[in-house]
Amino acid sequence: MSPALDVDALIADPQTRIVVTCGAGGVGKTTTAAAIALRAAEQGRQVVVLTIDPARRLAQALGLTELDNTPREVAEVEATNGGRLDAMMLDMKRTFDDVVLTQASPEKAQQILQNPFYIALSSSFAGTQEYMAMEKLGQLHAQAVKDGSWDLIVVDTPPSRSALDFLDAPERLASLLEGRFLKLLLAPARGPLRLMSAGFNVVTNAMTKVLGAQVLKDVQTFASAFETLFGGFRERSEQTVSLLRQPHTAFLVVASPQNDALREASYFSERLRTEQMPLAGVVLNRVTTSAVPLSAERSLAAAEQLTDSDEWPLTAALLGLHAERMQQVTGDRKRSDRFRRGHRAVPTVEVPALADDVHDLDGLRQIGDLLAG
Amino acid sequence: MVTGKGGTGKTTVAAALALALADDGTNVLLVEVEGRQGLAQLFDVPPLPYQERKIAVAPAGGDVYALAVDAEAALLEYLDMYYHLGRAGKALDRFGVVDFVTTIAPGLRDVLLTGKVYEATRRRVRGEFVYDAVVLDAPPTGRIGRFLNVNQEVAGLAKVGPVRTQADSIMKLLRSRQTAVHLVTLLEEMPVQETLDAVEQLQALDLTIGSVVVNMVRRSPLDDDDLALAAKEKLPIAEIAKGLAAAGIGDGRTTAGTLATEARDHAIRVGLERENRQRIDALGKPVHELGLVPDGIDVGAVFDLSEELAEARSDR
Repeated sequence: MSPALDVDALIADPQTRIVVTCGAGGVGKTTTAAAIALRAAEQGRQVVVLTIDPARRLAQALGLTELDNTPREVAEVEATNGGRLDAMMLDMKRTFDDVVLTQASPEKAQQILQNPFYIALSSSFAGTQEYMAMEKLGQLHAQAVKDGSWDLIVVDTPPSRSALDFLDAPERLASLLEGRFLKLLLAPARGPLRLMSAGFNVVTNAMTKVLGAQVLKDVQTFASAFETLFGGFRERSEQTVSLLRQPHTAFLVVASPQNDALREASYFSERLRTEQMPLAGVVLNRVTTSAVPLSAERSLAAAEQLTDSDEWPLTAALLGLHAERMQQVTGDRKRSDRFRRGHRAVPTVEVPALADDVHDLDGLRQIGDLLAG
Repeated sequence: MVTGKGGTGKTTVAAALALALADDGTNVLLVEVEGRQGLAQLFDVPPLPYQERKIAVAPAGGDVYALAVDAEAALLEYLDMYYHLGRAGKALDRFGVVDFVTTIAPGLRDVLLTGKVYEATRRRVRGEFVYDAVVLDAPPTGRIGRFLNVNQEVAGLAKVGPVRTQADSIMKLLRSRQTAVHLVTLLEEMPVQETLDAVEQLQALDLTIGSVVVNMVRRSPLDDDDLALAAKEKLPIAEIAKGLAAAGIGDGRTTAGTLATEARDHAIRVGLERENRQRIDALGKPVHELGLVPDGIDVGAVFDLSEELAEARSDR
């Protein structure tokens, strides 16, 4: 069986500078990130947590009432150990706009910001959120290094279709922006590319016919405006990726004990190893538990017996309820065990399911306690 | 159109709905657009190509076909169909235009995906519609407004021209009485919030909301009085213990106390579910409940769910 994941040792280690929570959507990634950040802060670290799309109540608990893309200090954090917690929600478009504004000349930046292709790219491209989460992480890290604002950054990852998207998105975006099509548009009649220009004319003619001439012009503007940024983009994403390979980073994969989520967690653990990124462990989240040593079968049999006797309806109902719970307990245990057997080297920790959603700092503290085992 | 937050079972519900709509002698097309091959997984068949395939015969006797739309293939098909751009289409692909355009040209991807659905709904053979109904396993609630707002989406791209005309026709169909958007949710905070947000967005776009499907519903074995007592930790422990003794379970009192604690957890959850249900009901839309399938979803479960939906359909 896999070793135990020691969350307290992880956050107490001053070498740990970045914690990234990842996993399939809906498994409690954001809550886990917030709970770890709060626990680390209350144990004395200077922490900033970057959340992506928190539930409203959780956002309110962290004092995140507006999406302003800036870390703000969370009130009511127990500061007796000298720690503090800042929290922020990612504003993806704004982060992208900021990159453009800092990378391009003011005139060129305006051109880019108004281009319809840029607007689409920065607000709805399927990998932009992932890319911008990594960009923001890079920015926070740079600030931490420069002025020592924080000694621990906790990052949540977007609720992607696949947990791997945030590793792939920067590359995908970069290759799109450096693609052959844009290169051709920029230099259709120069050098060796001229040989292909006959074929390329067919292409531009086709585009003009279907989309209209304005579109082609917009693409060209977009391409030429972005040209100067390409190098910068590629470089930035490579920097962030190398940041994630450092031993000061710890990835925590979060999974609920359901087959889909565990499958994602498996993929992810293996992918991190291939990418040589430091996997600290897997959090098996919201595992159903029971303190009653009564199996589902026995419970059901007893419930049936009581129902037949028609005398103890409440006890019968409670036994029925317990039987349902035990079926879940057994299923969760079976799936968790299967995961651990298949990943013997990966440390894991189980967090029992709570009755209520987390909606305040006490709830986060409770999750933190459970995470610490 | 079937949408819902990720994890609510929207693909399962879309498949069940397609089965429920396929009366004897009719054909229903079930479409997915997210490249996840969710339908193939659900029906336990190899990955679907960009081609309509019969995937099931519905309980009522109709045929259900499935299609996984791929935006790039749809673009080439579109160019070929309307412009006979066989060769140029290939050139577009070779120059990376197809990848570029379907990825970041504003809205074009969605126009292509909804465009394929549009084409399927209107396709006729010998004067007869090929499909009596088309069910789309649409993108999740977080993106549905943008996805269906085809007109607005291409506005930045094309003010005139064939793409614009195409978008206008699609939008007209989407806003007609022939189209309804169904939202799948669980009785949990995030899915319900997203459902409410999506309904607001879709209504602002003049799109018709069909119903809200509350999925994975569990019945409580406790009545309301007992739930109230359980929530307040006031269940009669001594009485429960006596019942346990009658069933031959020793150590009655400790077990009774723990069972009461489990009942409290359960009551808290039921309370939250009811709050969420009220938020759904406040929308004033038809609501259908589908029961939780305890052992996970397989083809058999999809058929069971389709019968629940077929009953709801005949009730209406």
